[in-house]
Amino acid sequence: MSDMMDDMDEGGEGVVKKFMFVNRKAPHGTIYALEGLEVVLISAAFDQDVSMVFVDDGVYELIKGVNTKGIEVKDFSKTYRALEGYDIEKLYVEKASMDARGLTEDDLIVDVTVLDSAEMANLMAEQDVVISY
Amino acid sequence: MLHIVNKSATERNSLESALRMATKGSAVLLIEDAVYAATQGSVAAAKIQSAMADVQIYALGPDLDARGMSARVLDGVKVVDYGGFVDLVTEHNSCQSWL
Amino acid sequence: MPMVEVAGKSFEVDEEGYLTNLNDWNQDIAVYLAQEEKVEMTENHWDVVNFLREYYDEYQIAPAVRVLTKAVAKKLGPEKGNNKYLYELFPYGPAKQACKIAGLPKPTGCI
Repeated sequence: MSDMMDDMDEGGEGVVKKFMFVNRKAPHGTIYALEGLEVVLISAAFDQDVSMVFVDDGVYELIKGVNTKGIEVKDFSKTYRALEGYDIEKLYVEKASMDARGLTEDDLIVDVTVLDSAEMANLMAEQDVVISY
Repeated sequence: MLHIVNKSATERNSLESALRMATKGSAVLLIEDAVYAATQGSVAAAKIQSAMADVQIYALGPDLDARGMSARVLDGVKVVDYGGFVDLVTEHNSCQSWL
Repeated sequence: MPMVEVAGKSFEVDEEGYLTNLNDWNQDIAVYLAQEEKVEMTENHWDVVNFLREYYDEYQIAPAVRVLTKAVAKKLGPEKGNNKYLYELFPYGPAKQACKIAGLPKPTGCI
């Protein structure tokens, strides 16, 4: 995949809205995780206030130490590390989801902010647009 | 019988159903997103551990690798490759895929 | 899929001439793909093409132009990390042409 937009980011002054992308699926069993990531990368061209959150099995998308050679698919866990270059720096994970899977921040491939469920709920309530995968 | 499960136990109930129907001496093979259940610290691990008294649990190695989970596999779970997957299918009289 | 023969080796490409398999890429096919795009490869072109391959290897995507420009500026200096410079090297779009020459997958998800 890619996202070649030559001029998208040179448009006029638009209204900045708060967009949240909610990731709830494990990475390879379904296409949701990859599709969601592609949409986020495309949305970066619109200069909106983007947050990505990872809850439930979505936290598995960020695991370190992935090797996809055996299943012959692209290792898109590396692509989460490109988000910073796209100025998408607000990444949040829910603590309860991490705990239920025996995971800590050290297991993740990118820097994230860990929120408890109430904090996550508040962040969600603040958004103009929430898109869920 | 060989029971094959491919859905995450923290998203669907396929693993629970498979384990409920797996009789003593049968085998359960975890593939795709089901492999997460066989990892340390998962809430699903307890289900696997109690099932291991009666059934042998297998997990597909390439699916563990692709999910960064190879180093976290529970003791007692046997990791197999694609060849091992085929062997399991041929060794058992029948297979049930819990889609 | 169409095949092209370059320097004694066959390469599979898609209908638009993009290399099908990233790992088939070498300098010969890059020069061929550049010729198809009417681009004559200079050291400056290679810098960008090699940069794109490194970026893809690290992140598994081809960068958006804005991201490419910023990243090139960081790596090769501000005199190269700007739209004007990159468009001079690749007049039909640095992303599109340079990615094709670098053997990266065809950009999808474009609007």
